[in-house]
Amino acid sequence: MNMREDTLIPKVGVITDVRIDTPDIKTFRVVTPDGKKAFDHRPGQCAMLSIPGVGEAMFSITSSPTNTEYMEFSIKKCGCVTEWLHQAEVGQQLTIRGPYGNPFPVDDVFAGKNMLFIAGGVGLAPLRSVINYCRHYRDRYGDIDIVYGSRSKDDLLDYKEIIEEWSNDAGVKVHLTIDNPQEGWNGHVGFVPNYVKELNFDTNKTAVLCGPPIMIKFTLEGLCSMGFDKTQIYTTLELRMKCGVGKCGRCNVGSKYVCKDGPVFRCDELDELPDEY
Amino acid sequence: MRKLSLENINKLFAAVAEDKTLYLPVDQSDGSAKYSKWAEGTVWSNALNTVRSPKDLFFPQTEDLMEFKTEGKNIEVIDIRKESEDFVIFGVRACDVKSFEVLDRVFLSEPVDSYYASRREHAVIVSLACSRPSETCFCTTFGIDAINPEGDVSAWKTATDIYFKANTEKGEEFLASIEALTEESDDTAVNEQKAKTADIMKKLPLADLTTDSFGGGKTEELWNNPVWDEFSQTCLGCGTCTFVCPTCQCYDIKDFDTGNGVIRYRCWDSCMYSEFTRMAHGNNRLTQKERFRQRFMHKLVYYPENNGGLFSCVGCGRCLSKCPISMNIAKVMRKIGGDK
Ligand SMILES: Cc1cc2nc3c(=O)[nH]c(=O)nc-3n(C[C@H](O)[C@H](O)[C@H](O)COP(=O)(O)OP(=O)(O)OC[C@H]3O[C@@H](n4cnc5c(N)ncnc54)[C@H](O)[C@@H]3O)c2cc1C
Ligand code: SF4
Ligand code: SF4
Ligand code: FES
Repeated sequence: MNMREDTLIPKVGVITDVRIDTPDIKTFRVVTPDGKKAFDHRPGQCAMLSIPGVGEAMFSITSSPTNTEYMEFSIKKCGCVTEWLHQAEVGQQLTIRGPYGNPFPVDDVFAGKNMLFIAGGVGLAPLRSVINYCRHYRDRYGDIDIVYGSRSKDDLLDYKEIIEEWSNDAGVKVHLTIDNPQEGWNGHVGFVPNYVKELNFDTNKTAVLCGPPIMIKFTLEGLCSMGFDKTQIYTTLELRMKCGVGKCGRCNVGSKYVCKDGPVFRCDELDELPDEY
Repeated sequence: MRKLSLENINKLFAAVAEDKTLYLPVDQSDGSAKYSKWAEGTVWSNALNTVRSPKDLFFPQTEDLMEFKTEGKNIEVIDIRKESEDFVIFGVRACDVKSFEVLDRVFLSEPVDSYYASRREHAVIVSLACSRPSETCFCTTFGIDAINPEGDVSAWKTATDIYFKANTEKGEEFLASIEALTEESDDTAVNEQKAKTADIMKKLPLADLTTDSFGGGKTEELWNNPVWDEFSQTCLGCGTCTFVCPTCQCYDIKDFDTGNGVIRYRCWDSCMYSEFTRMAHGNNRLTQKERFRQRFMHKLVYYPENNGGLFSCVGCGRCLSKCPISMNIAKVMRKIGGDK
């Protein structure tokens, strides 16, 4: 039979590494059975992973496109597919399809800009792809500030990479925070939106926000009160998805489908959409 | 124009069914009509329209997409797709013909849905002009011409004969295949009937319903309209309106363990259901008001915004006759648009 390809039919992938990041987030390295990257992607794009019989779910590709060997996914345990993946071992196969969505405009809009990345919890997953892309092409971007917070020290994703790699890069400043004081933590304590206000950034930056809806809401308000314009701020939306290509009708906000018109939106574009996300 | 006496209609069906599967409306024991496969002895229904729309033939209620075999940690993906066989859908009303265009813009836009595309490519659509439109019909509201239906072939049925005109290459081929049974005819009888039907259309209760208040770019204006609150109060969230609707295309993807592998299938879903958008961190459409609003805003504002002004309602009236609480899109349009 000679039918055209269909995006709903996935490829087989295999887990080649599992890293325990936090009590409920693990990072999985995935390649095809012959050891290649399943497909190319741009920073901010997503993929559908599935375990047949368990289900399919959408995840940000957290590794940068500049990594030509494999893809990584940081996955938080919260339901059928994610729980199943959390007990999977190296060598386990899964299915993968994508890439889906609109990426961050890293090569045009972001080029030459000072970048401010702000993430909360597992919200670092989509940003890590952009951050590592900007680090890879370091001379194309200005200063990089990264504000990242989570509940506790143990809940910080990619901690080792942040401390050993990001913090040592020239022109990259990392500002970590946790919600409550904790033994062995001498960094900042407090919620991300307040920390961003305290840091009182210069408005000559392009900001990228990702995290729980409540964090996004307050951080966005904070940035605007500091003088940022919404056209300088990008974020990603997360809605329930099934097809990933604007056909199953599930993920729309007004006339936009988050799976194909998003998940990356500029904050002034969000203002044009009805408040239903 | 080609003509055939209705006395010989079964000869035509038999000829068509010789090399293509033929679907047409057939009366069911419960009094409704349903698109069914023609076989010797099948009687073509006289009903105005079927309860379920012909979208079933392109986008079935459930459909297997692929299979998986798993062994230990290994997974094999099995492509179970088969090219569709050639088939003919006979007697499709103008509203339903238009619904195919609405679905095409979703399923045939990139990346093309191969399941839908295969059926669509292999189908010949023979439409049928209306002569007895009912009080729930409002296709004219959406610019659809019930007496001149589109499709590969258009057909008109009078008391004694049926007339055919081809509109596409596929349609020409279809008429060529039944040429021996039909004869050339002028369009006098057809025109007489068209004039009569046009008169009835003008007097229908929904004849004055307009789309003036709707279309792309109206989201902000209509989003906070009190109608959503008021009209959704009694909505049961049963989803009947979405299932009978020829243009509703939302689907779910699920896995089924056969004991000997896993089948991944899709099935119709409904934006009227509370589970539709539920996520790990909450639900962005918490109450029936939001779901109700989604259904109508999609058809009247979002879809036209994304599709050059084409509405995603064809005025078939199915939801008008089937909603258990008598709620429907025409009521919503009237309420918002005022009684104009
Ligand atoms: C664009 C996008 C990017 C994303 N990126 C990431 C990412 O990088 N990392 C990440 O971790 N997540 C990400 N997500 C979220 C991820 O897709 C969801 O967490 C995932 O779909 C959950 O799938 P699941 O099968 O594990 O959960 P499901 O089983 O579908 O459960 C979803 C919710 O329903 C509840 N639930 C499940 N079954 C039942 C039941 N029977 N009764 C009652 N409640 C039930 C669960 O508790 C959970 O709250 C992303 C989502 C989107 C849309
Ligand atoms: S919304 Fe109602 S009238 Fe419009 S196409 Fe759907 S079922 Fe028909
Ligand atoms: S058929 Fe009527 S009651 Fe059922 S979901 Fe539709 S509008 Fe609501
Ligand atoms: S996930 Fe299907 S429309 Fe967006």
